[in-house]
Amino acid sequence: MSHLRDRILGDRVALFGLTVIAVTVLAALFAERLAPYPPDRQFFDGLTLEGAPLPPNGRFWLGTDLLGRDLLSRLIFGARTSLIIGIVANGAAVAIGALLGITAGYLRGWIGTAIMRFTDLMMAFPALLLAIALAAIFSPSLWIVALVIAMVNWVQIARVVYTETTSLAEREFIEAARAIGAGPFRILLQHVLPHLLPTLLVWATLGVATTVLLEATLSYLGVGVRPPTPSWGNIIFENQTYFATAPWLVFFPGVAILLLALSFNLVGDTLRDALDPTQRGREP
Amino acid sequence: MIGYIARRLGQAVFILIGISLVTYVLVYLIPADPVRQIAGRSATPETVESIRRQLGLDLPLWQQYLRYLGDLLQGDLGRSYIQKTEVATLIASRLPATLELMAGAILLELLIGLSAGIYAASRRGRPADRAIMVASFAAVSAPQFVVGILLLYVFAVQLGWFPIGGYGTLWHLVLPALTLGLLGGGWYARMMRSAMIEVLRQDYIVTARAKGAGRFRILFVHALRNAALPVVAMVGLDIGIFMSGAVVVESVYGWPGIGQLAWQAIQRVDIPIIVGVTIVAAVAIVLGNLLADLVAPFIDPRIKFRR
Repeated sequence: MSHLRDRILGDRVALFGLTVIAVTVLAALFAERLAPYPPDRQFFDGLTLEGAPLPPNGRFWLGTDLLGRDLLSRLIFGARTSLIIGIVANGAAVAIGALLGITAGYLRGWIGTAIMRFTDLMMAFPALLLAIALAAIFSPSLWIVALVIAMVNWVQIARVVYTETTSLAEREFIEAARAIGAGPFRILLQHVLPHLLPTLLVWATLGVATTVLLEATLSYLGVGVRPPTPSWGNIIFENQTYFATAPWLVFFPGVAILLLALSFNLVGDTLRDALDPTQRGREP
Repeated sequence: MIGYIARRLGQAVFILIGISLVTYVLVYLIPADPVRQIAGRSATPETVESIRRQLGLDLPLWQQYLRYLGDLLQGDLGRSYIQKTEVATLIASRLPATLELMAGAILLELLIGLSAGIYAASRRGRPADRAIMVASFAAVSAPQFVVGILLLYVFAVQLGWFPIGGYGTLWHLVLPALTLGLLGGGWYARMMRSAMIEVLRQDYIVTARAKGAGRFRILFVHALRNAALPVVAMVGLDIGIFMSGAVVVESVYGWPGIGQLAWQAIQRVDIPIIVGVTIVAAVAIVLGNLLADLVAPFIDPRIKFRR
């Protein structure tokens, strides 16, 4: 564990990612206290006389949107949306993927084949289009969006876990456990699962990046989180017609999405290098 | 080898049948009743009943599915709820634009990714290498709609170098293709870098160096071919990313491809079009994967015709 801590804290890039994640988590947790204004408040003086959004200024640090609302406050509350979906959707995806991957990898046989063929099938669908079709069929809410993302994102995790479980299942210590009479449930829980934890940790971290991007894209296309609930994607969706005259309305939420996704990718990649025993001791 | 190809083809057919099943379930899950949509509100019960029979909705589910599969095999993807046109006709008229966009994107992602990857590998461990790797992560972490809108803002609105969206000339293609190509470029930079580093470790490179070959010659004459071919052979796997990306990029730039068609269908909840585009995209992905699997062993003899 201390090895892991040194790896991440000693790596400037990973440290940067960790900082961005920490700031976003704090913003999401304390949004009410941190945001200068309520996210839905429309300011009479938040628009120019012609009714155009205000650029960043002393009163509205990041400017206002097309309804005269404070962009910074909406971004801070939007962090909550992104993180809730990031954690719920990705958590569900990891759980589904791990469960199916372990089951298929340990049982093999026709159940394993059936699960993995189904995984292959899901790999053939373009994730975004499938999510759009699902989101268009169910009327979207925060939880439906999270569910839809989980339904398309579990696939890769299932494959990785499957591959690792099949190689673990052939190892001697598993055979030993079986020889002393441990049942399959106990073997999976006590002997296989602990070995999968590093992999799951890496994919859970990387998966948040994918999830954040998918949520933003769905919201941008109008099938994700619906206004007035602020999400970084739907802020851009609402304001995109103004982008030529008010580019900050695309720029700031865009940078927020990029930074959060990038940070989870950077931390996940560092974790992968640190936790992969075959990489240990190698030069970077 | 023939066994390998037959197996791969069999798997592809299996997946295609699975795709038809999943999309059928999707269509069946739609809460909106298509009969009501076609008949309108003021229709008499007799009209509703006759339309239901016409559409075959009175048959048992498995017969409905077989009819659906039969229609799919004949290239019939159903009718749009709103435009009343054949979905297949709509998609066919939009497909060339999307293929053009993909060709541009593949060209740009290889150009960006391979050159960045080669350079990073030749500067391994130095600041330039680190910078390229962080940049490649940024490229794969950037939401495409934001990249698209910002490129449009800087290069079309502010600088006026390119047209503000639309379709027609090669100039119209540059920004949309670049938006897609940057994402792919990020992946290729990483793959190319590790492929290059792997090749540069080989004995024959050491021999070449010992015989006095220059850095440039080693990189581009000896290493590049072996490192780049397997990487380039993976282009077939990109189709999935591009199909999803096309929806976003085409809606940002007003590019008249199947992505924009899907986007317009989303706004009107025209589900037959959304499902139709999903089917076409899934078939394209299956073919792309098949191509990548069949091509790889020919390009890189170390990959055996396995399984």
